[in-house]
Amino acid sequence: MNAISRTGDVRPDRRLRFPALPVAAEAGTSFKHEHLSAILAESPQGGFFEVHAENYMGAGGPLHQALERIRRDHPVSLHGVCMSIGGPQPLDRAHLARFRALVERYEPALVSEHLAWSTHATTYFNDLLPLPYTQATLAQVCEHIDEVQDAIGRRILIENPSTYVAFVSSTMSETDFIRAIACRTGCGLLLDVNNVFVSATNHGYAALDYLSDFPLAEVGEIHLAGHTEQSDDEGERLLIDSHDEPVADAVWKLYEMAISRCGPIPTLIEWDSKIPAWPILRAEAAAAQAILDRFASARAVGGGHAA
Amino acid sequence: MLLDYPTEKLQPSFAAVFAQGLTDPARATPVDVVGPRGKAAIKRYNVYRNNVTVSLINALAATYPAVQRITGVEFFRAMARFHVRATPPTSPLLFEYGRDFPAFIEGYEHAQDMPWLADTARIERAWLDAYHAADVPPLSPDVLAAVPSDRLGGLVFTAHPAACIVRSAYPAVAIFAMNRVEGRITPLRSSTAEDALITRPDMEVAVRLLPPGGAAFLKSLIDGGTLGAAAATAFTETPSFDLPASIAGMIEAGVFTTIHLGDWP
Repeated sequence: MNAISRTGDVRPDRRLRFPALPVAAEAGTSFKHEHLSAILAESPQGGFFEVHAENYMGAGGPLHQALERIRRDHPVSLHGVCMSIGGPQPLDRAHLARFRALVERYEPALVSEHLAWSTHATTYFNDLLPLPYTQATLAQVCEHIDEVQDAIGRRILIENPSTYVAFVSSTMSETDFIRAIACRTGCGLLLDVNNVFVSATNHGYAALDYLSDFPLAEVGEIHLAGHTEQSDDEGERLLIDSHDEPVADAVWKLYEMAISRCGPIPTLIEWDSKIPAWPILRAEAAAAQAILDRFASARAVGGGHAA
Repeated sequence: MLLDYPTEKLQPSFAAVFAQGLTDPARATPVDVVGPRGKAAIKRYNVYRNNVTVSLINALAATYPAVQRITGVEFFRAMARFHVRATPPTSPLLFEYGRDFPAFIEGYEHAQDMPWLADTARIERAWLDAYHAADVPPLSPDVLAAVPSDRLGGLVFTAHPAACIVRSAYPAVAIFAMNRVEGRITPLRSSTAEDALITRPDMEVAVRLLPPGGAAFLKSLIDGGTLGAAAATAFTETPSFDLPASIAGMIEAGVFTTIHLGDWP
């Protein structure tokens, strides 16, 4: 446990360099540098942008200039990819300090990381690698999340992974593990609906059962993305979380289900490879926004239940 | 600390076991790793192997596009795969990865007939470092113009964080320039040694061909030598060295940020 409240931000009051733009019930997209001029050519249309924290850990240059420009008109979500929270070794203190500096510099509306690991000993593998779900790994992960939240002085959202393998040594389900993380550390959750669909297919369970068992009340952001299809050793469907395609129809359906249950949570379209022209990405976000708006007005009219 | 994180000799962590085969295709799938309902996990584990290797090869391709254009994609990816397996990254910052790649290229068996390839890679590495360097305004020409002429010889300069010099025994600057962008490639008939100056005074990275003696001159200044000492070094290497042109060029390129008056007469 740590001293961070579930809703509060423990930073002292200070003058903001950027406007505190609201992110509630908004849709957003990954921010890709090649889209900057197309985005700026439009008048600001609302919505937020998410960046991978590590891409902005250089000292200066055009990437920072672009992000500062975007941040003036839009809320930003800072998404860490390689903190290695799910690994057994201590967090990289230098990396944590860089992450904290970005949180201070850009005042993001959302801050998130993954339930995964990417570094072992001194090697960085540049992938989100899976972990067994046991009491021992739970204790390690919670210790790491406490450390991150203490360092940045605010609540972080932890994302459910997409996985291709399971571990014989696991003693608990992924949803039980994630519920325990949120309960012990006070962290929020980033529900990646594509990851739910990918993992459910790969491990042969129902995505709806996973959603029903997921602690939706702690969800502060949703991710949607495209996946590709391969096959496993038995020739059965194996889905790859590739972020290089439009969001699949089945994932949109699952998303509507999730929003109907947890309300209009800020939703991001992730697209990291084979990046399309800006209007295509923007249209995906508009589709998410339409669903968010529908459920937001339904809740306003019906006085919907609190998540 | 040691109690919390037992050394791997006592009991290897799940991550230690999982990591072993990621960059070593000869290793078997870890025994703790399975598919659902007892299904095999060879292809499943290979998804991670593939993600690791392919994403790191892609990272090298993104840093070294001119090298890839010269060698062709297939040659480049084979060469990069050897490097990824021998020298995986040690930092989570991918733009730091591949610092050893130019030296690897220099020793790569199948690249021996392209002796200029490593220097082309060195220019590309310097380009990326300049791209991510701290934003600092370069030295204004007015500051230098205000120095009394009898103090010029003792001036010491602070290098801009983006500034870098790559010296080559081959026409590496021309090769870089021709292959860094899409466009027609014309046969290069030169075998002249070329030195590159890489700077980023504002947001655009610039790669310039240095005149004879220019690299020795700027290297001396960047290393903290006085203007007088740097000029002497350049004239020793290149008697025809053009000092006024080199001073004007370095100001225009943004190689330095500040000057200090030294004691030299």
